[in-house]
Amino acid sequence: MSERFWAALARVGWTEVRWQGLPSWQRRAVKMGVVGLVAVVVLAPLYGFDAAAYLAFLTVAAIYVPDWGRFRFGRLVLPAAVLALCVAYPYYLGSMPKLPIFKAFPTMTTAFTMTIFVMMALGLNIVVGYAGLLDLGYVAFYAIGAYTVAWLASPQAERYNWSVNIGGVGVPPGLGGIHISIWLVLIGAACLAALAGVVIGLPTLRLRGDYLAIVTLGFGEIVGVVATNGDCLFPKLVGHCVNLTNGSQGINPIDPPGFGHWLHDHLGLPVDFLSASNSLNLFLWAGIALCLFVIYCSLRLRDSKLGRAWVAIREDETAAAAMGVPLMRTKTWAYAIGAFMGGIAGAFLKSEQGGAFNTDFAFSFSIFVLCMVILGGMGSIWGVILGGAFLAYLNIEGIANFGGWYNATFHQNKDFTAYSYGVYGLILVLVMLFRPAGLVPSARAKAEFELGVEDQPLMDARTT
Amino acid sequence: MSADGVLLQTDALRKEFGGLVAVNDVDFTIPRGAIVSLIGPNGAGKTTFFNMITGVYKPTSGRVVFDGTDVTGKPPHYVTERGIGRTFQNIRLFKEMTALENVLVGMHARLKGGIVRSIARTPGLRREEREAKERARELLALCALTGRANRYAHSLPYGDQRRLEVARALATAPKLLLLDEPTAGMNPQETAEFTGFVQRLRTEQELTVLLIEHDMKVVMGVSDRVTVLDYGEKIAEGTPKDVQGNARVVEAYLGKAAAAAMAGT
Repeated sequence: MSERFWAALARVGWTEVRWQGLPSWQRRAVKMGVVGLVAVVVLAPLYGFDAAAYLAFLTVAAIYVPDWGRFRFGRLVLPAAVLALCVAYPYYLGSMPKLPIFKAFPTMTTAFTMTIFVMMALGLNIVVGYAGLLDLGYVAFYAIGAYTVAWLASPQAERYNWSVNIGGVGVPPGLGGIHISIWLVLIGAACLAALAGVVIGLPTLRLRGDYLAIVTLGFGEIVGVVATNGDCLFPKLVGHCVNLTNGSQGINPIDPPGFGHWLHDHLGLPVDFLSASNSLNLFLWAGIALCLFVIYCSLRLRDSKLGRAWVAIREDETAAAAMGVPLMRTKTWAYAIGAFMGGIAGAFLKSEQGGAFNTDFAFSFSIFVLCMVILGGMGSIWGVILGGAFLAYLNIEGIANFGGWYNATFHQNKDFTAYSYGVYGLILVLVMLFRPAGLVPSARAKAEFELGVEDQPLMDARTT
Repeated sequence: MSADGVLLQTDALRKEFGGLVAVNDVDFTIPRGAIVSLIGPNGAGKTTFFNMITGVYKPTSGRVVFDGTDVTGKPPHYVTERGIGRTFQNIRLFKEMTALENVLVGMHARLKGGIVRSIARTPGLRREEREAKERARELLALCALTGRANRYAHSLPYGDQRRLEVARALATAPKLLLLDEPTAGMNPQETAEFTGFVQRLRTEQELTVLLIEHDMKVVMGVSDRVTVLDYGEKIAEGTPKDVQGNARVVEAYLGKAAAAAMAGT
């Protein structure tokens, strides 16, 4: 297909070589121009001219086209612009035009959940993308984060007559149980998840490849079952039921995040996210802040000694060990750090949702997060962010919106959300066919796929 | 043990794979500062012997003592940390990493930076990383890989990949360097250069070298001592000259008839 494309262009004097010879910003300008032209030709007759859309397009072009890398701090321009757009989202969401097919932009709640899934995907990216350990049980760390917050910031402990309040907010007066400030709980949940990563890692990480995948898959299934039957654990052993998860009843209400009255009075921070007038903004911003922390850690770890060791293990375990990389310790760290990020994300999501229920921790969740990593590009931080945000959006709104458009246009009555996993599967197949290294491949994967592995002759031809 | 100038010693080292005895009770010593070669026909157990020393295989029985420490059955990273660096017979570079990164992985055990310090990027850590990169560039230069630092390993030509393996092994700061058929696939000129390079390593870096090699010219030219394995057993040991004239060695390589013919002449 691309050959025909270039053959057609060659007739007007544009070969692929000449195109590749252009400075990269000129190539990007042309690409942007083509996209803009198509957009105007196709969309304007359908939707009319919209000043905001042009403004948005020009903004994107201004960020995308110039060769920012040549300027000092230029590499920060794109991330900074994206960050600014994310933070300012609540302010321009209302005035955004309707998109074709998908209609509305993601709602605030959806945007928040997208930040959570970005964190999850980045956590799994450490395990799968960096260290190359196929983990199909990532839901375990989500569950541990979730149930940690469910215990430490809800009335759950009341049944054991434990009542503590350390900076907990939004607790109705007279309600017992443990209520610890969500920010402290996040740290606790992350550490507990990391610990679980080590515990799960020690027996499983001795396995390689497919065997590791199968065992982690088993762990993933176990988590779901434990969450469901966790209202009565060890009845024979202890003599009474140990109620860990409250089974299918779930644990709720979970306290919202907030800073309490003292910090509110002295620093002006919100007392309690849920009852604040700009509640949705606060959740989104907190989600973005946590995302930034996770992204920062991912970047630093990638360029550290540990990050190099992970890639080395992914490439060749035996050689890595022979170069002095302790295999078990390094892999366990990957698990622990991946779990740490999953734990934070899970705990914060549950604090926003206000409850933890057993059905949230299905095995399919692990696959969903894995899809995000593969779609975005394994080992590529920016790709994984994109993949996480995109699939999370599709899951919550995108597919339903698309279904609504489809049904309205073709006078059908199909429930597209029932096919969501089919849609993810289709997307994955398409990505594997057309962009096997993901939407935004990491530099390493790109080099491998583009240059290919040079076919090395065993005997050097120069001998003869 | 190390006082008498023995860097590595194996006592009755043995490896069985099921019923097959790959290495049969081999006693072997490497004097400090020597270049020792291990030769033998294909399947003689040379690489298995190598893998036992470096901890890739656990010996069935016997002992490996390196620099006064018993390293028998210890994991590879521990052995590397003690000071044994190695290359592989079939090149095993980290393909998706650059030449520089490959060498940096070799320094893993020598760098102190922990996780928290890596994330916080403390000044001390940054200095360590900078020094590590400088050292890595020096090692690349030593192995004639200047200008290849940022090339991905899989995109390097064959000879460069071989030398990069050596650079990576040197990065582990070894006392003993194990080279597993380093000149396989090299042309005569490259082989000659490589031989000179190994000798230079010994004198300049004060390294002890254990070499598995098929090219007899290399073995005879560079080694102080040669040990011959056949069917997992040590059949001869001594200076290159001694070994060359040894009837059992000739038999192992060329068969009984040749040995008899040689004895007759």
